[in-house]
Amino acid sequence: MTVPSSALGRLLRTPRGLGAAIVLAIIVLAAILAPVIAPYDYAAQNLRNANMDPGALHWLGTDEFGRDLFSRIIYGARTSLAVGVISISISMVCGMALGAAAGYFGGAFDRAVTMVVDLSWSFPEILLALILIAILGPGLASTMIAISIAYLAQFTRLTRAQVMALKSETYVEATISLGAGSGHVLFRHLLPNALTPVIVAGMLATGDAIILEATLGFFGLGAQPPTPSWGAMMSSGTAQIFIAPWIIIFPGLTIAITVIAINLFGDALIDALDIRQRLREG
Amino acid sequence: MALFLIRRLLLLIPVFLAVSLVIFMIVRFVPGDPIDNLLQIGSTEEQKTAMIAAYGLDRALPVQYAIWLGKMLQGDLGEAIILRQPVSTLIAQNLPHSLILGSLALAFSTLVGIATGALAASFKDGWLDRLVMTLILLGSTLPSFWLGLLMILLFAVQLGWFPVSGARSWSALVLPVLTIGIGGVALVARVTRAAMIEIARKDFVTMLHAKGVPPLQIQLGHVLRHALLPVVTILSLRIGWVLGGAVTIEYVFARPGLGSLLITSLNQRDYPVVQGCLLMLAIAVILGTLIGDIVQAAMDPRLRETLR
Repeated sequence: MTVPSSALGRLLRTPRGLGAAIVLAIIVLAAILAPVIAPYDYAAQNLRNANMDPGALHWLGTDEFGRDLFSRIIYGARTSLAVGVISISISMVCGMALGAAAGYFGGAFDRAVTMVVDLSWSFPEILLALILIAILGPGLASTMIAISIAYLAQFTRLTRAQVMALKSETYVEATISLGAGSGHVLFRHLLPNALTPVIVAGMLATGDAIILEATLGFFGLGAQPPTPSWGAMMSSGTAQIFIAPWIIIFPGLTIAITVIAINLFGDALIDALDIRQRLREG
Repeated sequence: MALFLIRRLLLLIPVFLAVSLVIFMIVRFVPGDPIDNLLQIGSTEEQKTAMIAAYGLDRALPVQYAIWLGKMLQGDLGEAIILRQPVSTLIAQNLPHSLILGSLALAFSTLVGIATGALAASFKDGWLDRLVMTLILLGSTLPSFWLGLLMILLFAVQLGWFPVSGARSWSALVLPVLTIGIGGVALVARVTRAAMIEIARKDFVTMLHAKGVPPLQIQLGHVLRHALLPVVTILSLRIGWVLGGAVTIEYVFARPGLGSLLITSLNQRDYPVVQGCLLMLAIAVILGTLIGDIVQAAMDPRLRETLR
C-alpha cells in the first residue's frame, strides 16, 4: 500500500476528512450504480414536460427536451469522474516516467525536459487543452488526451524534484556502491518513495481536471450528445436561463460539491501523511 | 538591470519559435489534407493551386514553416473560412475587448486580493480570517464559468442591474471582471496572508513593536511591504491564468474577444482563425510573463543576478 492504513485512519478521525470521504463515496457510488438509482432514462425526451420546475415528479426539474435532470446529473457523474480519473492517471504515469528519468539521469535529457516543462508551466491548462483539441477535434477521447497532456508538466516537475532529493540519500548511495543497476535503484528505491506525494498531487489534480472537462463540455468541445456531461448540460441550459435556471444551477452545484470534497479530502490526506513540505518542493 | 533586460528579451526568441512551431503544426496534424482545412468547401482548382503556391504547400515542411512565419511576421494570418475576412482583421476587432477585460480583471484581483489578504493576516485566527479563508477556498475551487452563469442569473436576470451579455456599454464589463477576478483574488489573498504572517514573526517586527511604532504602521508600512514580493512572484507566474479565465468568461457572457472567437472557430473548424487566436493568446501569455519578470527584477536585485 502506498497510502498507509494508519494515515487513512488519522484522516477519517478528522471531521473534515470524514465529511469529504463520505461525500466522495456517495458521488462515486451514484456514478457506479447510475442505472439503479436514476428514476428515468437519461436520454428519454418528453417535450410535453419540457423545462418543468423541480418537484415530486422530477426532483431537480427537466431540461428543454423534458429529460429528467436528476437522472442526467447521475449519468453525467460517470462521464466526469471517468474523464478526471483516466486522464490524470495517464498524466501521472507519463509524468512519473519523464520526471524520474530526467531527475535520475540528468544531463541534456534533463535540461530538455525542464525547458519544456517550464515553458508549458506559464500557459494556463485551458489554453494547452484548447491547442490539443484543435489538433484532435472535439470529443470524449480527445478531451481525455488534452487534459492528460495539460497536466503532464505538473507531475513531471514533482517527480523530478522528489527523485533528485532522494538520489542523494545515504541509503541510495549505499545501494549504488553495492553495485545495484539503475533499474533496481529507480524501481525498488526511488519511485516507491516518490510515489506518495505524486498520488496526493494527482488526487488534487483530479478535481481541477473535472472542472476542465466541464469547461470543455460547456464550450461544446467535450463529450458529444447524447452522452450526458455536466458541462454540456449547462451549455444547453444557457438558452433557458430566463425560464429554467435550474438547468444551470444543479449541474454546477454538483461539480462544486464534487471538487470541494476532492480538495478537502486531498488536503486532509496531506496532513495525515505529513507531506506538505515534500509537495512544495515540486 | 539593462543586462537583465537584454538577456530576458533574448530568451523570448526560442520560446516564441517553439510556440509558433506548435501552432503551425496544428493544421498539419489534423487528419486530412491541410489544403482542405485551410480553404472553403467547394473551392475551385484555381483557388487550391493559388493556395499551394502562396503557402508553398508542395514544399518540405521546414520551408512551409518559414513561409508561414514570414507571412505571420508581416501580419498576414490567412483568410477565415467561415467569416470570409482576413484573420488579422478579425483579431484586430476582438483583441481590444480581451485586453480591457484581462487588464481590469488583473488590476481587480491584485488590489482586492492584497487588501483581503492583509485584512485576514491582521486578524489572524479571528472570525474575519476564517470567513476570508472559506471564501478563498470557494473562490479557487468553483468552476469559473458556473460562477459567471450564477452572476448572470442573480445580477442580470433577477435584479436587472447589468446586461446579460455583449459589450455595448461599460456596465457590461462589471460581471465578467468580477467573475475572472474572484479566482485571482483568492490566489493573491492566500499568498499575501501567508507571507504577512511569516514576516510578522521576524525579529525586526518585534523590534518595531518594542520601539513603540503604532501596529497599523507596522502592518502596512513594514510587513505588507515585504510581503509584496511573493505576491508579485505569484502574479507573474500566473498571469496566463487570468488570460485563460478571460477565454472562458468571454464565451459565457457572449462578449466579443479572442476567447469567444477561438471557441466559435474551434466548433466550426475554421483553422486559420484558430491558429491566429492561439498565436495571439500565446504571445499574450509570453509577454505577460515577461512584464511580471521585469517588475519582479525591478523590486528584487537578487533576481537580476540569476540571469547573468
